[in-house]
Amino acid sequence: MIRLFKGMLASPLWPMLRKEFIQMRRDRITLGMMLGVPMLDLALFGYAIQTQVRHLPTVVLDASQTYESRALIATLEQTQNFDIVGRVANRQELKDSIDAGRIKAAIVIPPEYERDVKRGRTASAQVIVDAADPLGSGAAINGASLAGLVRGTQLAARSGFHTRLDVRIRPWYNPALRDAVYIVPGIIGILLSLTMLVITSMSIVRERERGTFERLIVTPISKTSMMLGKILPFVIVGYVQMTTVLLLGKLLFRVPLLGSLPLLYFTTLGFILANLAAGILVSTIARTQAQAMQLSFFLMLPTILLSGFMFPREAMPQPAQWLGAILPLTYYLQILRGILLRGIGITNLWQQTLTLFGFATALLVISVLRFSKTVD
Amino acid sequence: MPDEAAPSAAPPGPTVVVNHLRRVFGNLVAVEDLSLTINRGEVFGMLGPNGSGKTTTIRMLCGILPPTSGTAVVAGIDIRERPDAVRYVIGYMSQQFGLYDDLTTFENLRFYSSVYGVRGTAGAARVEEVIDELGLGPRRNQMVGTLSGGWKQRVSLACAIAHRPSVLFLDEPTAGVDPAARRTFWQTIYEIADRGTSIIVTTHYMDEASRCQRLAFLSRGHLIAVGSPDDVPRQFGKASIEDVFIELQERDEAAAR
Repeated sequence: MIRLFKGMLASPLWPMLRKEFIQMRRDRITLGMMLGVPMLDLALFGYAIQTQVRHLPTVVLDASQTYESRALIATLEQTQNFDIVGRVANRQELKDSIDAGRIKAAIVIPPEYERDVKRGRTASAQVIVDAADPLGSGAAINGASLAGLVRGTQLAARSGFHTRLDVRIRPWYNPALRDAVYIVPGIIGILLSLTMLVITSMSIVRERERGTFERLIVTPISKTSMMLGKILPFVIVGYVQMTTVLLLGKLLFRVPLLGSLPLLYFTTLGFILANLAAGILVSTIARTQAQAMQLSFFLMLPTILLSGFMFPREAMPQPAQWLGAILPLTYYLQILRGILLRGIGITNLWQQTLTLFGFATALLVISVLRFSKTVD
Repeated sequence: MPDEAAPSAAPPGPTVVVNHLRRVFGNLVAVEDLSLTINRGEVFGMLGPNGSGKTTTIRMLCGILPPTSGTAVVAGIDIRERPDAVRYVIGYMSQQFGLYDDLTTFENLRFYSSVYGVRGTAGAARVEEVIDELGLGPRRNQMVGTLSGGWKQRVSLACAIAHRPSVLFLDEPTAGVDPAARRTFWQTIYEIADRGTSIIVTTHYMDEASRCQRLAFLSRGHLIAVGSPDDVPRQFGKASIEDVFIELQERDEAAAR
């Protein structure tokens, strides 16, 4: 035991780690990229991005029960944003179904609706939305305004009146419509990919460019120590980044942390390792730092587009879904959102967790083999 | 054939013994039947055109490339049996210097020496000793990236000797360095050799070659001459090392066609 401890102290890994951290501290631009970019991304994605889903389960409370009211419901349904799953008789019943989570939206048409339409007055209807899921509420709003517009135009064409149709939207639970709640967990994944892939590959290629690798090879340091020395600092950086985004997300956007944090930190290791391995792989292909940068961004693009970070994978064509299925971020996103927003545990996430660590192992094996080859 | 009994200024005794060393890459024979002995404290030059097998020989002697056949013993260690152990007893410096531009002189030195296991209180004392020895004091806390070529060369040399290697490999060590720095560099090299370290210099610069005590000429993987800088041209019936070198290069190029 003592001998093992002494052996660890004497390992060439420590000087390697110390060196990496000194260099990291000195490289202001990279340091800024690693710690500043999380905050920038958070603001950018958190405030700017709107996402959409369709087919919200919807109930109807039709107090008018007329031709006109049925026509409006049909128009709403045609937007494909609402799936009418049932009818309710009163407001209490409506509230109960939304509370129970069975439905995401409700269409409420008051008794005087048809009368108002016929008299050419402004006729009002209401769309109530469960805005706790901001993806759904965005869709509902778009659908409702669209339907209002379409039906209004149809009526105007028929009657010659300028009937204004007012479909009012009532977002419930998340009145501010915060996509951020949904987006922020994804930012953790994107950010980790970016750092691990771009910065790791560039830092390895830089050593080759400057001839320091050539020199390290003739020292007693082993290839394992060389790689670990390069990798470990970034594992730590990754965890710092993740913690930063979680804290900022909580403070700025009140992103919930419903599930187990230890589970989240553990599964994150699989994701970080998979991306680090990809970074090493890039470094074995690229000859210059510029190439490493280009290659990593080339890999980042499908990750951002196909993993489900920006667009729901369910809405993608099959080939895009297949491509998405070989991206580690796809699984990590499910874990992140599952743990943070839905509070689910390992019993529901073991498949994703296994897949992630599987990716990490496979990529590490390939990259280590290629790495030792290029080093020779 | 190699003249193995050449006298040396330093106390005699072989540090490097190479016997029938051979290395093949696919169809290419990079080094063929190489045998030579390098004495303790000797400054030994290896010359030859590109592709003559210099680099392959050095890589084998450093324990990073296993030979196809033959043996080599460096400071008592067989490179085939314990290639990892060889790396503790050698130092290596190339024309690229292999320094970290964003670390100071001291940090570079501390990094490389601790990789060799020069650590703790004794290690720190040794680092200071090397800084004194090579006169690096004034540049101790300067970023290496801002140093001139001559200073970088000295820092690079310091990093290669802090662990007191038995054999020091220098790969075109004074390329791109001004003449004054070059002269001081060679003085330091002789001092290091006088303390018993064998120096192996690979070069195709004639002034570097002429400073070696003995030279080995390689051509297309074969060792074709060994001797002092005065002796070798005589073996070829030429006036200077440069003439020998040019003749060899032309011969190699003709053979390659």
